[in-house]
Amino acid sequence: MIIITNDPIDPDSITNLVRKDGNGAVITFLGTTRNATDGRKVNYLEYEAYQPMAQDMIRQIFQEVKDKWDIEDLAMTHRIGKVAIGEISMVVAISSPHRKQAFEAGEYSIDRIKEIVPIWKKEVFDEGGVWVGSGS
Amino acid sequence: MNISVRFFALYKDRAGISVLTVELAEHSTTLDLMDKLYSMYPALPSATPVLIAINYQYVEPNSILHDGDEVAIIPPVSGG
Repeated sequence: MIIITNDPIDPDSITNLVRKDGNGAVITFLGTTRNATDGRKVNYLEYEAYQPMAQDMIRQIFQEVKDKWDIEDLAMTHRIGKVAIGEISMVVAISSPHRKQAFEAGEYSIDRIKEIVPIWKKEVFDEGGVWVGSGS
Repeated sequence: MNISVRFFALYKDRAGISVLTVELAEHSTTLDLMDKLYSMYPALPSATPVLIAINYQYVEPNSILHDGDEVAIIPPVSGG
């Protein structure tokens, strides 16, 4: 399940999507919006996605995880639009029979999301906004 | 031929537009398209490395375009 949404994220509902009686481990990662970058106060964040391609790239990552760990119980959601400080911007939930594979696959998925999924984050300071990785 | 172009993040801010259609000669490449976009929107950032996607797939920097393609200019991604 892949959800890209303007609405606040409920992490429990994402976690429940991947739970199964055959799985003994569930890892849920929450990305939350931080109130400072390099000592500068961040007022809020703004996220933007290239929706169809972001969905395709996340599906590709899920396939990579299936190929590497034989894990199919994955869910991912990402918030877009304006997000206040301290809110959840991303959830990755992953479930497998044993914990080692779930931890490894979870970290791998998050790294890949940050590499290839066309989603962008703008940190908004008192002086204006900066697109992370690109500048202002 | 007509190419649909999508700008995001800093590119969208600098161009002041997110979706546009560009007319190019047959057999043009993504490099030809980028040249045209920089001449149309001189404020586009020149130092930021970008990736190009055609129809939702990342492609090599000098790929042949076809009529009706949707080309996205993808600055460094920063989800999470």
